[in-house]
Amino acid sequence: MKIHEYQAKELMKARGISVPMGRVATTVDEAVAAVRPLIEESGNPVVVVKSQIHAGGRGKGRFKEHPDLGGVNVVLDGIEGGPRAAEDAVRSLAGKMLGSTLVTIQTGPAGKKVNRLYIEQGIDIDRELYVSTLLDRASSRNILLVSTEGGTEIEEVAAHTPEKILKAEIDPAIGLADFQASELAHGLGLEGGAFKNAVKFMKSLTVAAVEWDADMIEINPLVVTKGGDVMALDGKVSFDSSAIYRHPDIAAMRDESEEDPAELEAAEHGLSFIKLDGTIGCMVNGAGLAMSTMDIIKVFGAEPANFLDVGGGATADKVTAAFKIITRDPNVKGIFVNIFGGIMKCDTIAEGVIEAVRQVGLEVPLVVRLEGTNVELGKQILDQSGLNVVSAADMKDGAQKIVELTS
Amino acid sequence: MSVLVNTDTRVLVQGLGKTGRFHTDTAIAYGTTMVAAVHPSRAGETEIFEGETDHSGVPGRLDAYHVELPIHRSVKEAAAATGANATVIYVPPPFAADAIMEAAAAGIPLIICITEGIPVADMVKAKRYLEDKPVRLVGPNCPGVITPAECKIGIMPGYIHQPGRIGVVSRSGTLTYEAVFQLTNNGLGQTTAIGIGGDPVNGTNFVDCLQLFNDDPATEGVLMIGEIGGSAEEVAADWVNANMTKPVAGFIAGTTAPPGKRMGHAGAIVSGGKGTAVDKIAAMTAAGIVVAPTPTDMGAAVMEAMGLVR
Repeated sequence: MKIHEYQAKELMKARGISVPMGRVATTVDEAVAAVRPLIEESGNPVVVVKSQIHAGGRGKGRFKEHPDLGGVNVVLDGIEGGPRAAEDAVRSLAGKMLGSTLVTIQTGPAGKKVNRLYIEQGIDIDRELYVSTLLDRASSRNILLVSTEGGTEIEEVAAHTPEKILKAEIDPAIGLADFQASELAHGLGLEGGAFKNAVKFMKSLTVAAVEWDADMIEINPLVVTKGGDVMALDGKVSFDSSAIYRHPDIAAMRDESEEDPAELEAAEHGLSFIKLDGTIGCMVNGAGLAMSTMDIIKVFGAEPANFLDVGGGATADKVTAAFKIITRDPNVKGIFVNIFGGIMKCDTIAEGVIEAVRQVGLEVPLVVRLEGTNVELGKQILDQSGLNVVSAADMKDGAQKIVELTS
Repeated sequence: MSVLVNTDTRVLVQGLGKTGRFHTDTAIAYGTTMVAAVHPSRAGETEIFEGETDHSGVPGRLDAYHVELPIHRSVKEAAAATGANATVIYVPPPFAADAIMEAAAAGIPLIICITEGIPVADMVKAKRYLEDKPVRLVGPNCPGVITPAECKIGIMPGYIHQPGRIGVVSRSGTLTYEAVFQLTNNGLGQTTAIGIGGDPVNGTNFVDCLQLFNDDPATEGVLMIGEIGGSAEEVAADWVNANMTKPVAGFIAGTTAPPGKRMGHAGAIVSGGKGTAVDKIAAMTAAGIVVAPTPTDMGAAVMEAMGLVR
């Protein structure tokens, strides 16, 4: 599960992790009202207006409605004109940004609508660094990554100058040891107050990651101010969805408007569903089989419209819900049901499919491949249903048939 | 011969909810020696399992069965009372990592965890706890381990398996079923099929299984089934290249998976451009592994790797 930057910063602040002062705004008036107190409290006449969406690359992103406007804007008007001038500038910016669609390298061409802004104090930046903590699968431990190359995508740094990324492996029984944090801070070339603050920052961050069951916390950039403070200028946190049950406060931060409605509906039915851009709807049991069903459709020259795993214990209800979600997608020109019934019986699946078709209708070709327990009974049920269902001998045959029927 | 489990395997079950009970019943029907259950508040009771075997399992073991499984309050007590040498965990996700550690503390040498959805942080701790202990964890989020006609531990359907010559190791459940069914139909059969699970933090990995199969005289070839996410397949390919003396075939799911999305399994995600199917297939092919182009071709890929004509 992902949250917005402003929420991540609220969490960090509560955990003693240094962040700039800021206020969230959902209207132009709220945005404007945030300006004066920020300037007065921080003593810095600069404020920053940041779009809040669940995607990175906001600074370089551009609004569809305002092609010259980026997703993050530094307002300098207050330096000469005072708070009033800053307020005027924020009013104009917020008016354009709120409700507009921001397209970044991570949103895809459709972009994401900006419903919230975060108005933040300006910071006198001395250096921009990078820090993140995430799971290292090879060692089965969390690691802390730091780099001097703040502000750059870490994948870029890893690809071109991997020596500029330093890493520490965290023993879950000990946490990030002082000497490890010191080594990393030295590696970043920090001294004096900034060194001490960076050590404290890194230690707090790794503790927070475990406390929150975070999959990943990425601070890019982590800034060192001219005064030697070390703070998170941006903050991206994603949480382990398997552990969200023990964090009701974090669960409450979920912003469903950032998620695909079909994926949300599927999750309510216990289905694992991901919307894709192709034309062949897929319904499969098991994640590996579902993924390779998508792959095999591509082998025969078409594109899958979705990933859908109905799970090991699918009931007729689940199958019906899955069918409804698939058929609602206007791009879907055909449906491929691919089931290897082990524990799940093929006749149950067949009955589920018939019930689903009865409820939602069937306007596109349907190919069903059944294998496993009670396969003959399952096929017989489909054959006798009078429905226009094409049977497939195996997965390959099924994929070939659905692609032919839809092209 | 086989690896990990055989007719001498004596199995405990941790977690006797609906799922645990159902699969304990099918394991007994298959002929697996289930010796006890662990339940903290039902100690002293017995759980009764009875029915007909499906005749796909251990020959001559049982026709009709009536098993009264004793329930103990801890793994330690259950192990002491029964001499169990393996345990299977169906405990719900919030408590499953603790169940793994309890089994390890009791010295159960083979711990198979079926549970899906264990918090990653819990598994990081559990794996740390297991580090210096002489135990092996398989899973979590896996179908289990089966040696056909000897011992079935987990949720896989027994009847699709057949004793034979191929070792199967996989991150995915239904894809394993797909694979073993093809190996049953083409007559090669399986020595042992191991599901290592779809989570980012798991116990036994591909290399561990390849090593076991390489050392097992009955295993003549191996089929490894991977998917996007992490680098376990690349590491395995390197190991095959350097050490494997037997033919290996493989398959990788997720060529069309979009980056940054978890494809059902918690561990099946391409992040930061790493863990793609293309990279894995390239690494495996470079190591001399015959990679099946589609799941339907997995059995044929094994045939090809072994130099057999269909």
